[in-house]
Amino acid sequence: MTAYQRPRAGDPAEVGTPPTFEVTVDGQPVTAQAGQTVAAVLMANGHDTWRTTRIHNRPRGVFCGIGACQDCLVTLNNTADTRACQRTITPGDTITTQPLTLLPTPGTTTPGTTTSAGAGSQDPVGAGVREVVVVGAGPAGVAAALAAADGGAEVLLVDNGRAVGGQYNRQLPEEFAARRPDRLQHEWKAFAAQRDRLLGHPRIAYLPETSIWALEGLRLWAQTGPADAPGRQPFAIDAKAVVLATGAYDRVLPFPGWDLPGVYTAGAAQALAKGQRIAVGHRVLVAGTGPFLLPVAESLLGVGAQVLALLEANTLKTVRAGWSTDVLVAPSKLREAAGYGALLARHRVPLRHGWTVLAAHGSDHVEAATIARLDENWRPLRGTERQVDVDAICLGFGFTANLELAVSARCALGTGPDGGPAVSVDANQQTTTAGHFAAGELTGIGGAALSAAEGAVAGAAAARHARSAAQPPLRTTLDPAVAKGRRFAAALAKAYPVRDGWKTWSTAETLVCRCEEVTRGELEAAADDRGLQDGRAMKLSSRAGLGLCQGRVCSRTVAALLAGPGDLPKPSMKRPIAVPVRLRDLAAAEVAQPAVTAEPAGTAESAETMEEQ
Amino acid sequence: MHRSATPDVVVVGAGMVGAACAEALSAAGVRVLVIDRDGPAAGTTSAGEGNVLVSDKEPGPELELAVASRAEWDVVRDRLSARVADVEWEAKGGVVVATGDPEPLTAFAAKQREAGVDARVITRAEVFELEPLLTPRVTIGVHYPDDAQVQPVLAATAFLTAVRERGGEVRSGVTALGIRQSRGRVVGVETSDGDIACGAVLNACGPWSGAFSAAAGARIEVLPRRGMILVTAPLPECVRHKVYDADYVGAVGSGDAELQTSTVVESTRAGTVLIGSSRERIGFDETIRVRVLRELARKAVGLFPFLGDVQVMRAYGGFRPYAPDHLPVIGEDPRVHGLWHATGHEGAGIGLAPATGRLITEQFLGLVPHLDPAPFRVDRPAVVAA
Repeated sequence: MTAYQRPRAGDPAEVGTPPTFEVTVDGQPVTAQAGQTVAAVLMANGHDTWRTTRIHNRPRGVFCGIGACQDCLVTLNNTADTRACQRTITPGDTITTQPLTLLPTPGTTTPGTTTSAGAGSQDPVGAGVREVVVVGAGPAGVAAALAAADGGAEVLLVDNGRAVGGQYNRQLPEEFAARRPDRLQHEWKAFAAQRDRLLGHPRIAYLPETSIWALEGLRLWAQTGPADAPGRQPFAIDAKAVVLATGAYDRVLPFPGWDLPGVYTAGAAQALAKGQRIAVGHRVLVAGTGPFLLPVAESLLGVGAQVLALLEANTLKTVRAGWSTDVLVAPSKLREAAGYGALLARHRVPLRHGWTVLAAHGSDHVEAATIARLDENWRPLRGTERQVDVDAICLGFGFTANLELAVSARCALGTGPDGGPAVSVDANQQTTTAGHFAAGELTGIGGAALSAAEGAVAGAAAARHARSAAQPPLRTTLDPAVAKGRRFAAALAKAYPVRDGWKTWSTAETLVCRCEEVTRGELEAAADDRGLQDGRAMKLSSRAGLGLCQGRVCSRTVAALLAGPGDLPKPSMKRPIAVPVRLRDLAAAEVAQPAVTAEPAGTAESAETMEEQ
Repeated sequence: MHRSATPDVVVVGAGMVGAACAEALSAAGVRVLVIDRDGPAAGTTSAGEGNVLVSDKEPGPELELAVASRAEWDVVRDRLSARVADVEWEAKGGVVVATGDPEPLTAFAAKQREAGVDARVITRAEVFELEPLLTPRVTIGVHYPDDAQVQPVLAATAFLTAVRERGGEVRSGVTALGIRQSRGRVVGVETSDGDIACGAVLNACGPWSGAFSAAAGARIEVLPRRGMILVTAPLPECVRHKVYDADYVGAVGSGDAELQTSTVVESTRAGTVLIGSSRERIGFDETIRVRVLRELARKAVGLFPFLGDVQVMRAYGGFRPYAPDHLPVIGEDPRVHGLWHATGHEGAGIGLAPATGRLITEQFLGLVPHLDPAPFRVDRPAVVAA
């Protein structure tokens, strides 16, 4: 056990005294605080892991921390496969760390679970067509909702989280009663003002804790309520225009030991620290590439962790050359970096360029890391390896856009500045599918400012589309803020590229797919023995990407490892069911949606489909 | 450009049926080149459940083909080299259950027994011994010990590996555009990668066979039918056989365009439970339909109530090729000498592939076929459009 809750005393956020109550972990009573996630309860009470993998019995706990990877699944109130990082604890919850063989038997579900969890989830939006539905309440989604509403449209904003802000402006739970939440956020005032305007806007309805699990044309299928709880009745939301602002998740590259408990994504460390006041360890290494690692280190320091070093894989030469490709963006970025540099210096955290973690060591938990110097192409320089004692490693090699809804909407994909897949949009943030707009990281990784700028454009264009589809599009040229943001994104990708040398960090025994526990050797054998390239057949014969996370963590890695020299890897982002739905709830999908209202949208969809054939 | 000598047969389509035909032909010494516009097992083969069933067919030519193919699966698997021989073959048997009037199911089983199928009527209590988690509404069951399951992508790619080991060739990313003829017989195939000279062309394009046959100037009527399957999160052992509702039997032979679903529930070696399958005649439309997923979910929970709390992790689907008279099309085209077809297996292509490969090989070499090929001949009125 290494993770711990930051003591309230001395917390710069001045966390209050939230109500506490009792829950059980494997039958033992444990005290939980209102507002904590199930993962935070476990981590604050000495559990870093709470399940083992199906094939090799490896221990697992939080990895991505933002609901994408499915590593942290736990049995809650007798319901298996609940994401501990996404689920908020409630009084009397029973947490069971999942045993390897749990044969579900009829009648073991807690009586009343279905009705209690389902309370309030009966089609909370009511019948009728919404003018603009915005999916995701991060910087892009918030800006889109405000712009659409300001443009006169009735807006529905749906988001997985319990509060607006997304990953970037993650807030402490209200129950924590923090007096100085501003101390955990840059530009807090601007965010708080925007948040308050959004929540008070007469034309914006906001639906938190709502996941969109499928998209049928302009019909969104939603579930509202506690994450992964059974009994959240699916309901349909019909829209005239949709703005997808589904964001991105951390990209992690494989090396020996990267699946050991104690290895987290940088985003997980950030979410746990900023959102739950949990430190992932006492002696922490932050490694990867990109400026996002700086605020992660800052958040870790804020919860009292010792950050041993921040290892930036790119050399200083690469970073400088990248930023200097654009004279417009360089000065502001250098100022920001200087600020972080001062903070790191104050805490005596060395920032090393051209270094990374090459291996994590330990039996059940990380105990040490091998770090090494890299050349410009990320190949380790022989003789520079050093072993460091650590109890946590946080990794972030850029981000991967969350594209499944955009793919379901049949939006054409292109390549973002970082080489990853991204939704193609025009000057109005209009995708190739009529009525579907996209904003933020899913159109190309570019940070919060670009996301907000794109959101504002998308929201305005969506409102105009919804209110009068016949009108010509709002913009014929790029919005200046978007244009500036894109220049920043392009320079960012040049300053912090992911270089091919990472492919030398793993061995034949290194896991590539965490869910199905597929090693690199097995993946390559499937390619060699069966003559397969990346794609569905490859997935089915190697099983990489077929597990619970559906390739969110590994699909880019797999595509890159299998791509021939010069080939652009094109990982599949097709997931018709965007987040898991329990079978009984799926079976109940029609109850909240009378057939009468289902017909018009169904007809529209058929027409659209025929057009595309 | 082409290193190997002129192939005797170019197989168009590297799916299960094309792979099985190429495997059987190469095992008989025929020089084979397999081409696919995508790659091995990239189409229908990677979108199915891997059914090798004798239980779902009424007595008739298709059942005869199914019984022959079930036996042929053992033969072909024995020919595979060790490194690719694991195709997740499981002779797990099938259990068909009725939740209402037992009479139609027992009558159906009696007819199958007359046709030589091992179909054992079992009591309600015996059903629960085989499948403890079934709904208590079950009234009667039929146990089919010969039903089996295979992982179709592993099987098809293993067959293609065997082809390569015997000197054949498999080329991905090559689209067949038409055939070249000389005096009424095939002399080559036109592809996106240039012309390839050959003695014969085998159309194994699955749902796209109709399109290729038209491009080859000898159109056959083969249409797509869409099927969707739900996949649950991995579970401990819970469903031991292929379990299906008796109404499955009715859906297979139907020509109704509207949505049909019937429950087929089974575990895979990966721990997931597959829930199939739906049947829709909607062309090559790939859009998701929540209505279809809901019907599958509803029937699965009806059959296995414990599945209600289980997460559906993903849904996938694909297109099954069918001829208007719902029989496979296997044999030489009567209009163009040297053009062969092996297609139209609908949802049963995985199970029927080995016998299809053997039948094609026997006919190609002029051997005595191991079963009567006449019902599957190409020049049926339903297949060869006027």
